[in-house]
Amino acid sequence: MEWETVVGLEIHVQLATKTKIFSGASTAFGAEPNTQACAVDLALPGTLPVFNENALRMAVMFGLAVHAEISKRSVFERKNYFYPDLPKGYQTTQLAEPIVGPGYVDIETDDGVSRRVRIHHAHLEEDAGKSLHEDFHGMTGIDLNRAGTPLVEIVSEPDMRSSKEAAAYARKIHAIVTTLGICDGNMAEGSMRCDCNVSVRPKGEEALGTRTELKNINSFRFIERAIDTEVARQIDLIEEGGRVVQETRLYDPDRNETRSMRSKEEANDYRYFPCPDLLPVVIDEDYIETLRQTLPELPDARRERFIRQYALSEYDAGVLSAYRAQADYYEQVVEQCGDAKLAANWVMGELAKFLNQHDLSIEHSPISAQQLGELLQRIQDNTLSGNIAKKVFELMWSRGGSADEIIEAEGLKQVTDTAAIEKIVAEVIARAEKQVAQYKAAEPDKRNKLLGFFMGQVMKATGGKANPGVVTTILKQQLDALCD
Amino acid sequence: MFDLTLAELARGLQGGEFSSTELTRAYLQRIKTLDARYNSFITVTEEQALAQAEAADAARAAGAGGALCGLPIAHKDLFCTQGVRTSSASKMLDNFVSPYDATIVSRLKTAGSVMLGKLNMDEFAMGSSSESSYYGAVRNPWDSERVPGGSSGGSAAAVAARLTPAATGSDTGGSIRQPAALCGITGLKPTYGRVSRYGMIAFASSLDQAGPMARSAEDCALLLNAMAGFDPLDSTCAERDSENYTAALDQPLTGLKIGLPKEYFSAALDAGVAEQVHNAVAEFEKLGASVKEVSLPNTALCIPAYYILAPAEASSNLSRFDGVRYGYRCAAPVDLEDLYKRSRGEGFGSEVKRRIMVGTYALSAGYYDAYYRKAQQIRRMIQQDFINVLTEVDVIMGPTTPQPAFRLGEKSGDPVAMYMEDIFTLSLNLAGLPGISIPCGQTRGLPVGLQIIGHYFAESRLLNIAHRFQQATDWHSQIPTGVEV
Repeated sequence: MEWETVVGLEIHVQLATKTKIFSGASTAFGAEPNTQACAVDLALPGTLPVFNENALRMAVMFGLAVHAEISKRSVFERKNYFYPDLPKGYQTTQLAEPIVGPGYVDIETDDGVSRRVRIHHAHLEEDAGKSLHEDFHGMTGIDLNRAGTPLVEIVSEPDMRSSKEAAAYARKIHAIVTTLGICDGNMAEGSMRCDCNVSVRPKGEEALGTRTELKNINSFRFIERAIDTEVARQIDLIEEGGRVVQETRLYDPDRNETRSMRSKEEANDYRYFPCPDLLPVVIDEDYIETLRQTLPELPDARRERFIRQYALSEYDAGVLSAYRAQADYYEQVVEQCGDAKLAANWVMGELAKFLNQHDLSIEHSPISAQQLGELLQRIQDNTLSGNIAKKVFELMWSRGGSADEIIEAEGLKQVTDTAAIEKIVAEVIARAEKQVAQYKAAEPDKRNKLLGFFMGQVMKATGGKANPGVVTTILKQQLDALCD
Repeated sequence: MFDLTLAELARGLQGGEFSSTELTRAYLQRIKTLDARYNSFITVTEEQALAQAEAADAARAAGAGGALCGLPIAHKDLFCTQGVRTSSASKMLDNFVSPYDATIVSRLKTAGSVMLGKLNMDEFAMGSSSESSYYGAVRNPWDSERVPGGSSGGSAAAVAARLTPAATGSDTGGSIRQPAALCGITGLKPTYGRVSRYGMIAFASSLDQAGPMARSAEDCALLLNAMAGFDPLDSTCAERDSENYTAALDQPLTGLKIGLPKEYFSAALDAGVAEQVHNAVAEFEKLGASVKEVSLPNTALCIPAYYILAPAEASSNLSRFDGVRYGYRCAAPVDLEDLYKRSRGEGFGSEVKRRIMVGTYALSAGYYDAYYRKAQQIRRMIQQDFINVLTEVDVIMGPTTPQPAFRLGEKSGDPVAMYMEDIFTLSLNLAGLPGISIPCGQTRGLPVGLQIIGHYFAESRLLNIAHRFQQATDWHSQIPTGVEV
């Protein structure tokens, strides 16, 4: 039987506010445990929440970016359950009246599928603390630094039909929130976490299959792998005559398997009710409109502009616009060097390769956009060949400095002097009787293929500094002269 | 000296008749000698009190000091006080020393008051008799076999027994007004949002309101001046300027329109209470007021609505007491579930557990609409009843309680009978309205309270009406038999 995958995502995005959603404690990542938890975060008796208006602003911006209805009135509710890292015994969240109503985003996968994914709603809530199970000899340590960090939970409709689409959707949300500047996008630190609701059904079937929920996945790659693994498990189960049980499962990336965490029967009754310590959040049209005016250019619009303005392919434009810092970087390089295609190749090629190897985000690139732009300028003005430019790039990466400084210090300036190159070409040809004979014997339209050997020799003789274009022209001239 | 009101003590301090240190020492000594009879204090903060008194004397000598400079008061033990145990009268918080002051505590401190200690109450403010305290029942100074009311029973008893000139209280369903009535003192529950809730251990957040308890309306006004006002730490606190509540105390009552709800004077009302309330109303007529009968048709629905909403909020508010971060933790828990179950099972008293269970049930999946949502609808109807009546009349008057102080143990086995104690008071919490209880007579040797209900933020008017009554009568000056001053 042919099966169809159905996926819906709940994405938790940590908002980049300086302080927590209901207290004045800092939200900075990485502090000593429990040093960023004030009386409110610790849920000391008598403490009360005060809503951080910045979190509201960010949630509304998100809603506007995904074409959603913004609620003029939203209500915080309490979701009651006991857990040691949940200090109040309830999470303050939104349920019946969330700040962001229905919206959508458009996604494209790299194999060319495009789809509109509907967003059911997005709501504001507070994060819990962390339970630390290691280092405590059979006990659990509680770190409440994260407790009260503002989150927007974005709930999609079950509109995705493959793991690739799910990852593309998550990437698009990531691109939007980082472009808006409402999230630092650092997935390794948990700034964006996904729960994937996964089910399968026979292709053509209308009714949804029983779903499982894969909790807390924090990379795009794992989203794909976790869903693929879970889909395979569900299909095997059904085909062997079994039945999918509605439950929460955990994806283990080391073993590439999903494991049951808790079933629906064990689920809590959360006893939601409106939080009496917080007033309903009421905003007016002006508030929304003012924010709409301040929205930056969003990834979709930027992608379209990249295609139009820089004549990039859809794919290149999509990659470069997917992350605000990268798109900004790219545009600075273009501005510096004036060649959009060359800039695209380098940002997506050499720079991306180095950043990946060193596990760095583009914000932390040791090579600034200006440095790279200047380097590319030296390719354009024939000071450097592409290959030598890569060498300069490597040096620039490891020890800094401008392209010109490195070229000067290393003597890497490209030779474009025709006379000098003619002399070297003549010497190479004189030494290569066998290859010259092959060249002569070849059909004229096959001769170009044999130029590689001579090119290599010339480059060797010049230390790679000869301008390849000039060398090709001269090589052809001299070799073809021998053939006549 | 112990029979002087806060206002009179302020004049004495001002005139140099005694120092705050002398006054404070005298009260501390009196508490030490007499409180064994009443059990009104949980904690006496002698050292801090004397330090504050000395500071107040120094401030006064330097020509500085706030409006309450050097005046002793005591706080109900659900207001957080920095460095001092704040127990909410529960085993759960017997070991809890607050690292911060509640907003009203710090405001009263800034105004120069001296804290004598922390007052007994029903556990987590849940009760109408102050019998459910982990620290033992409080006794009524008028008759030590009777309850002082609750939950602010320690506050009312301490003021009535002249162990403190004034106290703070909190009122979720009548917890200031009912004990004030039963102990023959004056207690004001302000409009919801008039006084900050920050640092007040929550019972039911949408109903809780702190207020002053003292011997006279004038004293309550002095305290409210310091307590009231916007607090950015409490999102439900009203963004209104503070008022001077003593400014209008003496205004004449000519033309005052009083409404008497017919539902408050049913056959079930104690005859002695009814008689005293009618006498008080007659006194107001003498002072220039006119009286008419009004109707609050949904009065009978108050108790069922309240006993859904208050426990629902409480069940959630008390979830933080889990034995993890502070407070009581059971011995040698074997796992997390055991830690929760035994810490809460052993740490909470039976009335608190009853309300947590009722509230949890009312909010459960499948019952929410039938209970919580319905109760919220009734709440709006009750509020509308009051708003309608308060367009016809300026204030509503009636008994604070259906009967005077009852005997210890009389109702502790019958929760519903106990809940009926608050039939006249808890509708104000549901509506968010202000109300004051003043002594208006006695029956069978026990004080009777008159409740005066005003429109939102009409505290100034309520205090004025109460003050004029107290100028014309002396019920508020009666000293319980056996209390020497």
